Amino acid sequence: MVYLTRRYRFSAGHRLHNDDLSVEENRLVYGKCNNPNGHGHNYLLEVTVAGIIDPATGMVFDLVALDGIVAEHVLEKLDHKNLNLDMENFRTQVPTTENVCLEIYRLLRTPLEEAGAGRPLKLDRIRLEETSLNSFEYVPDTADAGKGIGSQQL
Amino acid sequence: MIYVTRRAEFSASHYYHNPNFTPEENRRVFGKCNNPLGHGHNYTVEVTVGGAINPTTGMVLDLKELKVLLEQEVIRLMDHRFLNKEVPAFEEKNPTTENITVEIWNLLAPKLTHGKLHRIRVYETQDLFVDYYGE
Repeated sequence: MVYLTRRYRFSAGHRLHNDDLSVEENRLVYGKCNNPNGHGHNYLLEVTVAGIIDPATGMVFDLVALDGIVAEHVLEKLDHKNLNLDMENFRTQVPTTENVCLEIYRLLRTPLEEAGAGRPLKLDRIRLEETSLNSFEYVPDTADAGKGIGSQQL
Repeated sequence: MIYVTRRAEFSASHYYHNPNFTPEENRRVFGKCNNPLGHGHNYTVEVTVGGAINPTTGMVLDLKELKVLLEQEVIRLMDHRFLNKEVPAFEEKNPTTENITVEIWNLLAPKLTHGKLHRIRVYETQDLFVDYYGE
């Protein structure tokens, strides 16, 4: 199994706020990220696919196809958007980078794995840097295995 | 288990081509990477070795040894080369980053004297890299 990782960038605005918490609690939990007017980040996205090398091409997956799938299913939906207002799932869920990681995994898994066209191809992980100082990574099943915290459900 | 990673860089040219494909297929599958005159990259290799800390030295392995091994087995072979024409492994198969990564594993794994080779990562550009764990 060979793991291929490609980096992408997008910029988006968000606000961390939970309607179920009081104004005071929201300020306490989310701090300056709770600013009602929102704020933005330049996100750095890493998409890792796992597969076997096709002996005819020497490639795990066609990079142009990967770029096309990520552009269509992720970048067009998130880039230069307000995550809270433009994304259906974030009307009810806080667009923390953790949740954005899971959402990107959900958006990409099916189109990507179908594009494998019968060859084994797996979306291995999504890693997302919100700034250069913090990053979040979602690895289905194996990430949480053995840590006693259970698997994160999509 | 402690993992030690050493980086090295090499610059090389390559192109992608399958002699069993028609010129049309080659252009369609490999796009601009099919230019037969080749093009180049600055590659970065990361070699990660896992092992136990030797209580006498406090080290998993001698990093100098790893540096020399990487230099002798990989950099000398690939740096400032046209990979398709000058590296025997790529006479028959495309020097994709996937194949380069597996080839570097195959070159280094049998030569390591301390620790166990854990991962080879090769960056073709800062936005594209491949990992191989030996299976």
